[in-house]
Amino acid sequence: MTSLIIAILATSGSIFALIASIGIVKMPDFYTRLSVTIKAATLGMGTILISAAIFFNDFAVTSKNIAILFFLILTAPIAGHIISRVAYFTGIPLWEKTVIDEMKGKYEGRIENLQSSESEEQEKAKEKKNESASQ
Amino acid sequence: MDLNSYLLFVVMPILCFSLILTFIRFMRGPTTADRVIALDLIITTGVGIIALFSIIYNHPAFLDVAMILALIAFLGTIAFSYYLIQEQNKRKK
Repeated sequence: MTSLIIAILATSGSIFALIASIGIVKMPDFYTRLSVTIKAATLGMGTILISAAIFFNDFAVTSKNIAILFFLILTAPIAGHIISRVAYFTGIPLWEKTVIDEMKGKYEGRIENLQSSESEEQEKAKEKKNESASQ
Repeated sequence: MDLNSYLLFVVMPILCFSLILTFIRFMRGPTTADRVIALDLIITTGVGIIALFSIIYNHPAFLDVAMILALIAFLGTIAFSYYLIQEQNKRKK
């Protein structure tokens, strides 16, 4: 019974890893590749580590597995976020069939210039423009 | 078929095949960022392979290596992205 559970978990984990690797080869641009790989690979490694914890049935090994799993789940989204941000700023092109690019026009080439909303200086400049236009 | 031979002859080849596919992207990748995420995926798959090895050979000490490898993957991705953005800032100046 235990070996059946271990076999099922390990197989599903390896299949998730296979899906991630097929995705990284077949996807058309960088951002879709990133979105495929990080989630699938983290889930697959999670199930393999859980199967290892069930196999050893030992407190020390289980806590070690939980530490690895916690670390993977904690760091994979951060790494993905940072590398995708850097990729956008270094000008890696999007796929030509991409529907929407919400970051377009919100920065001027340097990562420090990113504006999530309009800053105060910009609002002042806009007001000045409006005043001059009305005059 | 017992558990050990199943893991050794079915699950391990699937993981190795996915490693080979990821390595294709690592060699081909048109930009550096592609190579960075391929390296990240290689190391994450390596963690799974180490965990499987520790099951097959009944040796839980291998899991320490997996923990260190998970740490290194994160640090490597962050360091590469810092390097890429510094290069971009230098070029824009």
